[in-house]
Amino acid sequence: MEYKTFEHDVLVIGAGGAGLRAAIEASAAGVSVGLICKSLLGKAHTVMAEGGMAAALANVDDRDNWKVHFSDTMRGGQYVNNWRMAELHAKEAPDRVRELEAWGAVFDRTKDGKILQRNFGGHRYPRLAHVGDRTGLELIRTLQDHGIHQGIDVHMEVTVISLLKDGDRVVGVFAYEREHGRFRVFKAKAVILATGGVGRAYKITSNSWEGTGDGHALAYHAGAELIDMEFIQFHPTGMVWPPSVRGILVTEGVRGEGGILKNNEGKRFMFDDIPDNYKDQTAKDAEEGWRYTQGDKTANRPPELLTRDHVARCINREVKAGRGSPHGGVFLDIAWIKEKLPNAAEHIKRKLPSMYHQFMQLANLDITTTPMEVGPTTHYIMGGIRVDADTQASTLPGLYAAGECASGINGANRLGGNSLSDLIVFGKRAGEYAAEFAKANGHGTIDDAQIETETKRAIEPFDRDGGENPFVIQNDLQDMMQKLVGIVRVEDEMKEALDGLKKLNERTAKSSVTGNVDFNPGWHTALDLRNLLTVSEAITRSAIERKESRGGQFRDDYPDKDPEFAKFNIAAKEVNGEMRISHVPLPEMPAELKQVIEEMG
Amino acid sequence: MATAIFSVRRGGREGGEMVDYQTQVTEGMVVLDAVHQIQAETAPDLACRWNCKAGKCGSCSAEINGKPQLMCMTRLDTIDVTQPVTIEPMRAFPPVKDLISDVSWNYEVKKRIKKFKPRPPDAEDGTWRMQQEDIDRVQEFRKCIECFLCQDVCHVLRDHVKHEEFIGPRFLVYTAALEMHPLDTENRTEELKDAFGIGYCNITKCCTKVCPEHITITDNAIIPLKERVVDEHYDPLKKLVKLFRKK
Repeated sequence: MEYKTFEHDVLVIGAGGAGLRAAIEASAAGVSVGLICKSLLGKAHTVMAEGGMAAALANVDDRDNWKVHFSDTMRGGQYVNNWRMAELHAKEAPDRVRELEAWGAVFDRTKDGKILQRNFGGHRYPRLAHVGDRTGLELIRTLQDHGIHQGIDVHMEVTVISLLKDGDRVVGVFAYEREHGRFRVFKAKAVILATGGVGRAYKITSNSWEGTGDGHALAYHAGAELIDMEFIQFHPTGMVWPPSVRGILVTEGVRGEGGILKNNEGKRFMFDDIPDNYKDQTAKDAEEGWRYTQGDKTANRPPELLTRDHVARCINREVKAGRGSPHGGVFLDIAWIKEKLPNAAEHIKRKLPSMYHQFMQLANLDITTTPMEVGPTTHYIMGGIRVDADTQASTLPGLYAAGECASGINGANRLGGNSLSDLIVFGKRAGEYAAEFAKANGHGTIDDAQIETETKRAIEPFDRDGGENPFVIQNDLQDMMQKLVGIVRVEDEMKEALDGLKKLNERTAKSSVTGNVDFNPGWHTALDLRNLLTVSEAITRSAIERKESRGGQFRDDYPDKDPEFAKFNIAAKEVNGEMRISHVPLPEMPAELKQVIEEMG
Repeated sequence: MATAIFSVRRGGREGGEMVDYQTQVTEGMVVLDAVHQIQAETAPDLACRWNCKAGKCGSCSAEINGKPQLMCMTRLDTIDVTQPVTIEPMRAFPPVKDLISDVSWNYEVKKRIKKFKPRPPDAEDGTWRMQQEDIDRVQEFRKCIECFLCQDVCHVLRDHVKHEEFIGPRFLVYTAALEMHPLDTENRTEELKDAFGIGYCNITKCCTKVCPEHITITDNAIIPLKERVVDEHYDPLKKLVKLFRKK
């Protein structure tokens, strides 16, 4: 088989916020950088991020600092986070945000001309630097427009099929370019995975077609460890109607601006259940909640701004109890603020322009006059490739990971706004340390036998006639994961899912694709399926192993938190072709950080 | 349940034909849903680009019944589905396959535009101060999702194929966002006049009409840039001043 070979010192897989930031950093360190995008440059899922990026700039509330951000992140993650990542993130996010401004980002401003910050769930003070509700677009465009002048080689519409190894070390990747379906070999001294999430394993998701767990699966099959895969974030507010838009995100910013959740009895149900560890930070009544959203520093946040795992479960509870909206969600009402503000409609359009637009165009609904129908949607995976906190190095030499496909910072639940800042803080670190590794090591040797095996596997679906359409298998997988390993889990159902995954694997092995190799979505889906099945198995096995409820994992058969499970992360690793689950002890937090958490209350 | 016929362009770089597909239409469906249904039911190799399905990434640009639009934001109940609905790729760029066109030219153009160059920080901590009203206009331009529908509809590119001489509305908006950025110190008017061919735009406003982000491309970006070019290069008074300065 013919294939073209490219050589880079550092190769970055994925061109969202983390990948771009990593590529910029590596390139600035003076090494040659290749950047592989699954789609066109600038289209990665980062553009979907709406609310903002969390950084303790203290522009709006001077009580904020890295210590508060750190303790908010740990509390939100239910203390199974990698404390060192949470610490680095809280300390470095402000510099990374300011750096974006130096590269041309135009954030919304405070009255005194500084970067404006907004309230978000689980953040004690207004902390999210933002641009209306399109902050992700601002981030990706700023990095893209800065990056194109850095001499980075961008390979668009290229999909990685597997990582290439020389012994234990990752030395490149095997990939294909979509237009003509031609195979490519990329040799690299260091490889950074920044491939995002796994949302497409579920039926209802805010993720684009790209979120198929590629980096997770590539790393896993190369022998790296995945941790925390049971922790999936179901964002409480996705669109539920009409069916074709089910799952599309409705930003938490709606609640940050004063939006409230109501059931079909018109009751504001979030006051009914406030977790103990948030009681003293939550408003006691609607009036106090409103004052908080309007910047009153003496007020506590409304219960709609509790962490996402909790809000999603409360919505689930209302729907199951028959108090849901007509299409199986609940009501999110921002229109009510007209009782409080004179120009409410204009205010909403200015603060939440893309939400206004999205509902007008897709649901024929005016959010300035009518409550939205919303329900939980698969949004983010806290779990991912196990990395070293400082360097983002995976457990394999030469392989790094950053952003959603890496794990550690978020623990059992990610706070809104902590993702965009995670991308730039750890994207930068991954780029820096991968470049360092590339400077210290030469190219490894590419194993031709591995390429031959991978080529054969990749083109197999064309050789089989009359097999199933990969789109059908993908749909069945999404239905099953949604039903059996979703927001509320029990052991029996998850075991059923494992059997189901086995059958889906068998069906995938017999699936076939039609047409030729030129830009063929069916073929691409057949290749994606391997990744989706791998991450689905890791999610399911890890979720079975964690016999408790914590953050993004809720077990109906173990509804309480169990302190024993706060002592380790659950890891998945490939051993002789089988998935092995083990416990990785959480490192002991240093005394000074423990004290920070205590001081912050 | 109702069904509709979608007439979709199939074929590669060399040529193609319109092929009819029948599929079900349900409440709230958009054109992109119909394309996905066709992929899942009958044509898994039908190529189209898409990502966010929420009008935020600008990947699924196409010409629906001849009108440049995002497939993900075009509801079927806004078009007549009793007649076959035609879906074609953007025509101002070379076709690649089916609904995909080769938009790589746009990425090359952007590299030619001088990057953002901020003034020195305003504060000791390395930060700047800007008032919201001074950045409203720039933020309007930065809403651009790079769907390239404005490029597609621009007759200078589409009909006159001036890709070598004219950068198109998208990149005039991009240049305007840089030029009107309160912190930027670079000057791009020389290129606007010559290499970027701003003079080719004769303000037909087709770009503004198709912009899914409702950016007032012509009025807010292109016309002010044209005025800058005129001010700097054609203003007789300034010319006179320049002449004297030379001496």
